[in-house]
Amino acid sequence: MKTKRLLLAAGLAVLTWNGTGCANVKPWQRGTMAEYVMRSDRDPMADGLNEHLWFSREAASGGRGVGGGGCGCN
Amino acid sequence: MNSASLDRPRIIPVLTLLLTLAASSLLQAEGWKAGDSLPDLKTFGLTGAFPSDLKGKVVLVDFWASWCAPCKASFPVMDELQKKYGTNGFVVVAISVDEKKSAMGKYLSKNPVAFVTLHDSAQKLVAAADVATMPTSFLVDRTGKIRFVHTGFEPDKTKAEYVQQIESLLKQPVPQP
Repeated sequence: MKTKRLLLAAGLAVLTWNGTGCANVKPWQRGTMAEYVMRSDRDPMADGLNEHLWFSREAASGGRGVGGGGCGCN
Repeated sequence: MNSASLDRPRIIPVLTLLLTLAASSLLQAEGWKAGDSLPDLKTFGLTGAFPSDLKGKVVLVDFWASWCAPCKASFPVMDELQKKYGTNGFVVVAISVDEKKSAMGKYLSKNPVAFVTLHDSAQKLVAAADVATMPTSFLVDRTGKIRFVHTGFEPDKTKAEYVQQIESLLKQPVPQP
């Protein structure tokens, strides 16, 4: 019985969290999100380094349209 | 009486409350739509130089922000419309929803316009209008009723619609007091 009640309480907690925890950002509140620093492509050098780390780690060279054999050596 | 039947009456109101909360977070407040009367803009704490009188005029209320590219793209078009139809009783009222007034001022000093610009610093008016996207504009007829709602801005399409709608609204007789 105790386990049942605990499960029920946990279920209700999850429902509360999911039902009320999300907030909609209204269209007129997106000034901060529109700032330049929020862009993921704002720094070409960092992009290049991240890309190199990513395809080396994942052996996925060429996976984003760049030529290569997946060895991570280019 | 078993324990399950004892629990049920307690669970139902809790579940009802949770469902209500979940539903209220999903429901959108209803904003302005065609057919509504434009509320008195002076009651929303806007700052800036209000137009002397909007009664009997065709008004374009436009919500914009200095961080919104399509809003800025609409400025030359609205400026042109203001210059073309201003003498016939057409007024553009552009309302900035920028959080910082300096951002609005900076943009306007670089891009001066012939129409009225106000600042909705507390974002009260835009919340009442509950616009779905930026920019959104409301074309109001001479009787103060919202007749057309424009969401977003597509240079040629929106301009053609503005011209056609403004010209048809300007043909309406000026209501007598």
